[in-house]
Amino acid sequence: MSKVRLATVWLDGCSGCHMSLLDMDERLVEIADKVEIVYSPLVDNKEFPQEVDITLVEGAIGNVEDEEKIKMIRQRTKTLVSLGDCAVTGNVPSMRNTCGAKAVLERVYLENVTLQPQIPSESVPALRSRVCPVREVVKVDVFVPGCPPSADTIHALLVGLLSGSVPDISLLSRFGA
Amino acid sequence: MTPEELTNTITTERETQEKFKHHVCVCVAAGCLSSQSDKVKAALEDEIKRQGREHECQIKGVGCMGLCAAGPLVSVEETGTLYQEVKPEDAAEVVASLEGQPVARIKGPSEAPFFTRQVKIVLENCGKIDPNRIEDYLLSGGYQSLTKVLTEMTPAQIIEEVYKSGLRGRGGAGYPTGLKWSTVAKAPGSPKYVICNADEGDPGAFMDRSVLESDPHRVLEGMAIAAYAVGASQGYVYVRAEYPLAIERLQNAIKQARRLRFLGIDICGTTFNFNIDVRLGAGAFVCGEETALIASVEGRRGNPKPRPPYPAEAGLWGCPTLINNVETFANIAPIAGRGGNWYASIGTEKSKGTKVFALAGRVANTDLIEVPMGMTLREIVFDIGGGIPDGKRLKAVQTGGPSGGCIPEQFLDMPVDYESLNKLGSIMGSGGMIVMDETSCMVDVAKYFMEFCMSESCGKCVPCRVGTAQMYDLLHKITEGKAGLEDLEMLEDLCDLVRNTSLCGLGQSAPNPVLSTLRYFRDEYMEHIVNKTCPAGICKIKVPTEVTA
Amino acid sequence: MSTAPARVKTLKIDDRDVSGREEETILDVARQNRINIPTLCHVPGLSPVGSCRLCLVEIKGSPKLFPACVTLVREGMEVVTKSERLASYRKMILELLFSDGNHICAVCVSNGNCELQSLAQNLGIDSIRFPYRFPKLTVDASHQRFVVDHNRCILCARCVRVCGEVEGAHTWDLMGRGTSMRIISDMNEAWGDSETCTSCGKCVQLCPTGALVEKGKSVAEMSKKKGFLPYIVSMREGRR
Repeated sequence: MSKVRLATVWLDGCSGCHMSLLDMDERLVEIADKVEIVYSPLVDNKEFPQEVDITLVEGAIGNVEDEEKIKMIRQRTKTLVSLGDCAVTGNVPSMRNTCGAKAVLERVYLENVTLQPQIPSESVPALRSRVCPVREVVKVDVFVPGCPPSADTIHALLVGLLSGSVPDISLLSRFGA
Repeated sequence: MTPEELTNTITTERETQEKFKHHVCVCVAAGCLSSQSDKVKAALEDEIKRQGREHECQIKGVGCMGLCAAGPLVSVEETGTLYQEVKPEDAAEVVASLEGQPVARIKGPSEAPFFTRQVKIVLENCGKIDPNRIEDYLLSGGYQSLTKVLTEMTPAQIIEEVYKSGLRGRGGAGYPTGLKWSTVAKAPGSPKYVICNADEGDPGAFMDRSVLESDPHRVLEGMAIAAYAVGASQGYVYVRAEYPLAIERLQNAIKQARRLRFLGIDICGTTFNFNIDVRLGAGAFVCGEETALIASVEGRRGNPKPRPPYPAEAGLWGCPTLINNVETFANIAPIAGRGGNWYASIGTEKSKGTKVFALAGRVANTDLIEVPMGMTLREIVFDIGGGIPDGKRLKAVQTGGPSGGCIPEQFLDMPVDYESLNKLGSIMGSGGMIVMDETSCMVDVAKYFMEFCMSESCGKCVPCRVGTAQMYDLLHKITEGKAGLEDLEMLEDLCDLVRNTSLCGLGQSAPNPVLSTLRYFRDEYMEHIVNKTCPAGICKIKVPTEVTA
Repeated sequence: MSTAPARVKTLKIDDRDVSGREEETILDVARQNRINIPTLCHVPGLSPVGSCRLCLVEIKGSPKLFPACVTLVREGMEVVTKSERLASYRKMILELLFSDGNHICAVCVSNGNCELQSLAQNLGIDSIRFPYRFPKLTVDASHQRFVVDHNRCILCARCVRVCGEVEGAHTWDLMGRGTSMRIISDMNEAWGDSETCTSCGKCVQLCPTGALVEKGKSVAEMSKKKGFLPYIVSMREGRR
């Protein structure tokens, strides 16, 4: 039996969801038997491949690169999972929406910097005016709220998805959990 | 005032007025005043003095004559001549021509279908009597119905007459007035109150304002009859503060009516007591909703509350309260005077009498009209309204304001009555009627009304507060050409939610403009969404640099 | 003078035969029978306002929906509290609430002790389908002991009612319309400057979210104690 092609991506988030994924500990081994990790910040592949079965998305859509990436990922993925509050609701990254991207950049790169204050313009993707959850940009198949979702939640999710169904994780996780 | 005193007063007034050979009426309602009819009136007064004819010519300030777009309007009572767009400079010519031929240059269409097709009951005195003089109202038969009801009828009998008349609430919902009256009359508890809802707020609607400005006593008389019928001794008129002239004339009328004992104690020489006070609204549309209105009269924030209990059982300060709108009360005196059967002979099977409409939008005559129920939209728009200007084609007629809907051209021959309008997905509403031609974008129209509902939502219940805002955002997205089909689906789901779960009528009816435009003009929505174009060319859609999901 | 005995009505809620006194609401009787109907604005002991619309139920024979918190029981009434339609409406209403504020559970002092959050979980909401509106709202920390964070306020007006009806101070009220509606203290002054506020904290304890909280609490540390209200209310009723 061929292995399920699994990808994980890290957009505008804190990597906590990936940490939680790793927190599955020995259960990772059990999952690893059934999946091939084709793309992830935790592995070496540089290019997001074609024909991915499941992609776990951590993080909100905060800059133009996130936006382009998620559109491409959507095209190449069968089941797209918003993993964690940033991907599901916008969460902490979206808190800047009430004051705007400019204010954030000025605070971070000008007001709080003593040495050569300047707003980066090269090699850093431009911020979107509005941080939004993944579903505002592309269609999302499964939502897993939580900040971060616990290792148990992610385990239940993967076990379910690998057996071909979308598990009900409403008792395991909630916004902010 | 006893019936005998009333007869004497009327005789004196008749004699005074008959001394004048000519009566020149100048409209001094807000429409004509805004084009400075007061200066026209002053010029005419100066002119008759200059010509030394002040003993044979009377210059009279009157209420609305209907053809508001052609103001200032002046009419000569004896000949029926109507002058339009009169300027102070025209005064000399008008006065000079009283005996001869009318001044052709400013002569208006007094024989046009605009006048002949109308049936005036509510507006019967408007444009004829001086709203500032109770004597003029008395001379035209005013307060005779009240006198008759108080001296010859029992409360049950007058309720029976109103019931027989088939009159339905003119505020919009069309609840049978007789039934409402009998419910309040039978409700246990005292005191009872009568409230006149004059918080007219639909964009473009000014029926109630015109009645209050042109014939305030008619409303007071209706309220007094209602108070007698239900057993109330205190009434309130809740008027929006944006109607200063209506308020002034109303307060003046109340003072006059008190002086002549048509209000106050021992009315018409009987033991019936009834007082009316004016309460001013502070600019909230939702205060037209009866429970919000009651809260506002009580001095609290104008928020609606769940019904039941209905105001008929527990209204103002928890007491049984009758609330009708201005136009409903204005129908009462004629019904009491001429009988319920007479009123019921006008109109259709289920919608009796007449209805006042404020005709606006893309129509030749933007005016105030009164037509019998059951007249078709085509007759209203083309015969009375004079059709669509500039050779454009009619697209839809919007009735019922922000709670109503758009009726497309193919239904122009449907009779205008409560049932037919409901069937078409609109409502009678309070009487706003906006005509739209091919230059109107129906999505933009829906967006306009949704913006109104969003900003006028009181904010109390969640579906209305947030739902209208989300719907507005979606409509805005559609008019910007940025929406997808999933947005349309979301819009329809929100319509369903807000309509079925909102607390009061404002929210429950807020989706109507969207639902009715979706029903008849779905293709226009699709043009915006799929082809990113606005067929009417109203919405400024920028050519997208990239396709948004 | 003797008061007339209350009449008892029998009715069905979710096909279960139940009975209630004529002055009791559908919600009262449902709760007595451990039938759960979700609510947010309702608090036993405060006047019902019927504003959150979560407790809407179906009554057989009527196409309309009825707020259980203000609808009195009637003889022979058949109430349905759970249906696909109701579930979908309740979800949408909660989603609208989430979309209308800035509810960032992860950094909220009430995380884990929030009625909005737990209702979302109970109703199976895993994501909000409506675009977030991200309103610009303020935080008032001028009071010595408490904070009001308007970002987290759902305008249920529990604070307004408990302050006016139970404490009798009427410090809180509502201002503005539609999405601009806010709770205000006194005449829209800083809470810390309020001359009417008795600092009793009833509003804070009854607030369903993290909008009214005690100072000095960090994320997930604020839990509310609502037990005082039934006690006060029953003592008052007993004295009457």
